[in-house]
Amino acid sequence: MRTKLHTVAAAGAAALLLASCGSGESGGGESAAGLTGEGSGESCTIEGEVPLGAVLSLTGAAASYGESQQRGLELAASELAEQGGVTYDLTIEDDQTDPRQAITLFDEFVNDGVSLIIGPTLSNAAVQADPIAQEAGVPVLGISNTAEGVTEIGDYIFRDSLTEQAVIPQTIEAATEQFGLEDVVVMYSNDDAFTESGYEAFADALEDQGVTISETITFSKSDTDFRALLTQAQENEPDALVVSALIEAAVPLVTQARELGIDVPIIGGNGFNNPRLMADAGEAAEGVVVGAAWNSASDNPENQAFLQAYEAEYGSQPDQFAAQAYTGLKLVDQAVRANCSAERDSIQEALGQIEDVPTVLGEFSIDENRDADHPAVVQVVENGQFAVLQ
Amino acid sequence: MQQLLNGIFIGSIYALFAIGFTLVFGILDRLNLAHPAVFAASAFVGIELVERGGLSLWAALPVVFVFGAVLGLVIERVAFRPLKNRADAHFAGLISSIALAGMLIAVLQWRYGPDTRRFPPGSFPDTRFEVFGAQVTLVQVVILAVSLALMVGLTYMVTRTRLGRGMRAVAENPTAARVLGVNVDRVTAVTFAISSALGAVAGVLFAINVNTAQLGMGAAIELKGLAVIIVGGMGSLPGALIGGLLLGLAEVFAVQHIGSSWVNVIAFGLLFVILLLRPQGLLGARKVREV
Repeated sequence: MRTKLHTVAAAGAAALLLASCGSGESGGGESAAGLTGEGSGESCTIEGEVPLGAVLSLTGAAASYGESQQRGLELAASELAEQGGVTYDLTIEDDQTDPRQAITLFDEFVNDGVSLIIGPTLSNAAVQADPIAQEAGVPVLGISNTAEGVTEIGDYIFRDSLTEQAVIPQTIEAATEQFGLEDVVVMYSNDDAFTESGYEAFADALEDQGVTISETITFSKSDTDFRALLTQAQENEPDALVVSALIEAAVPLVTQARELGIDVPIIGGNGFNNPRLMADAGEAAEGVVVGAAWNSASDNPENQAFLQAYEAEYGSQPDQFAAQAYTGLKLVDQAVRANCSAERDSIQEALGQIEDVPTVLGEFSIDENRDADHPAVVQVVENGQFAVLQ
Repeated sequence: MQQLLNGIFIGSIYALFAIGFTLVFGILDRLNLAHPAVFAASAFVGIELVERGGLSLWAALPVVFVFGAVLGLVIERVAFRPLKNRADAHFAGLISSIALAGMLIAVLQWRYGPDTRRFPPGSFPDTRFEVFGAQVTLVQVVILAVSLALMVGLTYMVTRTRLGRGMRAVAENPTAARVLGVNVDRVTAVTFAISSALGAVAGVLFAINVNTAQLGMGAAIELKGLAVIIVGGMGSLPGALIGGLLLGLAEVFAVQHIGSSWVNVIAFGLLFVILLLRPQGLLGARKVREV
């Protein structure tokens, strides 16, 4: 088995060498290593083990996300192992929440001849490490990157995580329908790139829905006293407050709004999608509306099976990171089986063609920009928990 | 009406911060830039006392007051006293207090991490009043009352008591004060202790008022505190209160009539106008130092 792995690695490295020489015939000698098999879809059988690499932040600031992702990936890997036909050799490495470490690991995986790299956990690491894989022609599947521009790095970069730009229009649409919004006040911190792009997505979505913005109020991400701004917002008698802010500002803002007697819905961006909102704002968080990528309460069979399996394996409830990681590996399996080949180029082609696949996240497609396309879930805080808005 | 009250309450926070600040800055003529770190540290310590220690807020406040006083003594002993005989003692102290502030914040970060923290819900009664149709919380009323009481109490102390006379004498001329029998080191240390203890209480009240405490919360208010002191008039405690309220009202006015993006331009612009018209500050006496 060791030797087999080494042959795979050698073949991969050779292929890389060939590709970089521009001979263009990288596909040629590799079937010997057993990465292409017989049959298609469920009947696909590939003889060799398919090497996959995952770069997660298992230590450092993003460790809590990375840990969930690792669990999701391992659960999916053990299920795929039972399914048979194709065996995966998944290696998970820790980037220590450091983009430089992610670059090193990407380099190693590329040279080890993996068929695909999953990760890295954080967008800022993705922006720096993904170009290495792109250059070497190794497909990458991001499972948590939400920043704009990640998939623009190149045609080998995919993700299964919805961006804020994808979630916000769905949030606004659902909220408009639910609450009959006509005019709203928009508030955002204008000294943070993330919240500013969230604001732009909100403004576009509101315009699309024909909702009037009666006033736009800006603040600084370090502000903590929002009473004057909120009173100003209140005087417009809006149907809702639409807020793009990080969690640090979201908590005092929501608390103070309720204190001032503003009891209309507060619609938040991605920064609000955090259990700390309920933990720290307490009752004031009731009625906050937030979009998210994964609906934990969804009753589609894939999701129910995932919830049960996760609970049985780890004794706790999965979060969105685990769900997206789990889905990611399942999608990779789909892509491998589609052409019954684990060659890098074959996976790249098949990933791009994924359409309407039933997953934990719902009906899932990869769009023309290699971004995820699936229904978002619009949540509202009820009794201290996120519930589906309906 | 609500906006007027908002302005008064924001202003009273500035004033509360500035009154402690100015005790050392305006009266002893030392700029203690570790004050904002005390402000943040005491909020975090207060939260820990309530959250882990299980104390009620009312029991935690005196503990935090003492904590602040001790910090003040440490600051004076470490950052100011060793430098007091240098010719540039004022500047040297200013710089060393920045260093001390950096250390304090680093210790806080090690102890509590970078995350925002807050008092557990319900640790302060969230009683609300309605005044002429405007919402007012109990915390806000307490803050305003505390600021007023401190202003009156400290003004009395500085102008009428032996300690206060000592402070002013030390500020004017330490050598002369010593000749006249003032224990200069003791007066200075006590002033720092009171100043920091007030900063500590301000930090806790601020954290409750906005339901959040961050490592940078002191730094965020520091500049405004300084501006308030200078506009109010160096060394004048009523000036600090009035300056604080004025800044708070100016900010609210800017939000209401000009736009939220212009708050700092308008508020600080107004302060410049005041200084142009009255360089010594609103209640500052024109100080002439003869050499």
